[in-house]
Amino acid sequence: MVAVDARTATKVVVQATINGEPVQFLAEPRQTLLECLRDVLSLTGTKEGCADGNCGACNVVMDGRLVNSCLVLGVEAAGASITTIEGIAPVGGLHPLQTAFLEQAALQCGICTPGFIVSASELLKRNARPTEDEIRFWLAGNLCRCTGYDKIVRAVLQAAEMIHPAA
Amino acid sequence: MDDFEYVRPGSVGEAVALLAEKPGRARAMAGGTDLLVQLKVGRRTLDRVVDVKGIAELNEIHVGSDGGITIGAAVPCHRVYDHPAIVAGFPGIVDSASIVGGIAIQGRATLGGNLCNGAPSGDSIPSLAVVGAVAVIAGPSGRREFPVSEFCTGPGQTVLGADELLVAIRLPAPPPRSFGHYLRFIPRNEMDIAVAGAGAWVALDEAGVVTAARVVLASVAPTPIEVPDAATAIIGTRGEATALEAASEAAKAAARPITDMRGTQAQRRHLSGVLTKRALAGAIARARGEHVPGAHEAHRVHASATH
Repeated sequence: MVAVDARTATKVVVQATINGEPVQFLAEPRQTLLECLRDVLSLTGTKEGCADGNCGACNVVMDGRLVNSCLVLGVEAAGASITTIEGIAPVGGLHPLQTAFLEQAALQCGICTPGFIVSASELLKRNARPTEDEIRFWLAGNLCRCTGYDKIVRAVLQAAEMIHPAA
Repeated sequence: MDDFEYVRPGSVGEAVALLAEKPGRARAMAGGTDLLVQLKVGRRTLDRVVDVKGIAELNEIHVGSDGGITIGAAVPCHRVYDHPAIVAGFPGIVDSASIVGGIAIQGRATLGGNLCNGAPSGDSIPSLAVVGAVAVIAGPSGRREFPVSEFCTGPGQTVLGADELLVAIRLPAPPPRSFGHYLRFIPRNEMDIAVAGAGAWVALDEAGVVTAARVVLASVAPTPIEVPDAATAIIGTRGEATALEAASEAAKAAARPITDMRGTQAQRRHLSGVLTKRALAGAIARARGEHVPGAHEAHRVHASATH
């Protein structure tokens, strides 16, 4: 059976879990997940940079995988579990990556920052103590035109140390 | 993007029917990393997007008892390079799957999509072609199989009919002591499109002599191109420098590159030779049992990794 059928309806009801909360929203098939997050759900922490999968500013986690939300259709979120930048920090505090980005001054204009933090958080879940090379490779799909990347790499190293202090 | 219908069928039959209803105006989508970009910039307009990720068969990696592997057309790159049997038997395909885009692209982009997109620069096509991969295609009148090496017919053009769906890519069981290797040249370290690429595959006999070989180039012609003369040059040798040089010359002679923003004809022709030599040397070393790392192997973080 055709699981999702948007042949007749111009908008589809999408049920998903976003940042741990069940969410229901209306999406046109042509709307990207990024557009749905920002324009429909008012989750404007996720940024639009290039809108074609090159810059990583819109990165979110979808069913455990880092994805460019500009290259996912909103209707594809049906049944999915999504984490955006709004779901990274614990209630009343900051994620160690956010603290480290502030302390290392790893941002200037800030447009790329949510994508970097979401991407780096996925790296640290898989590799608690990444090397500089591993960080640079993992973050190759995130572009920053302000910092020159060095401060971002240092911030990720600091966050790793904060989460798992060296013995 | 302009309006289109979105459908997510649950079976191959439904998907084919949904494509056949709108010939040329419907297209299958797996990861969407090429298709959605084309729709956004207006390079392509569609009435219907058929999301094939809901079809179980297209999401499977099946390892046959003979060592052959069938990779569903909707399996994303990260599942390819994290799959132990593919890593063990087809390292050349792992080379390619780990350099398509960055981590976020690899979470969605598929080998099937790379093939159906038909870009001359598609990094996975040479790696698939050199191991004799076969495209499993479903259409209204049943299934057919077609060699990946002849699948692309021009830039963005393939043998796939408007009412046909790529179901899977079938990798035949590899002969003993046979491996592939893929290399590309890009001006960055990652996240770029090949200026030129070369996939090579060899099989050795017990004495270490090359008994079979294939070389396929990317980004130096309107389609990926096979270079039989490069294979001929290396077969019967142990991969000595003179044989590698002859294969390199054959690749340079076969390349039909254009000059564009990524590189000139002369650079691409030169790269065809260099990459062919290195890819063949890497494939031979792998077939001898040596470890030849892929481009990002040293700092690739696996999804399954836990600390």
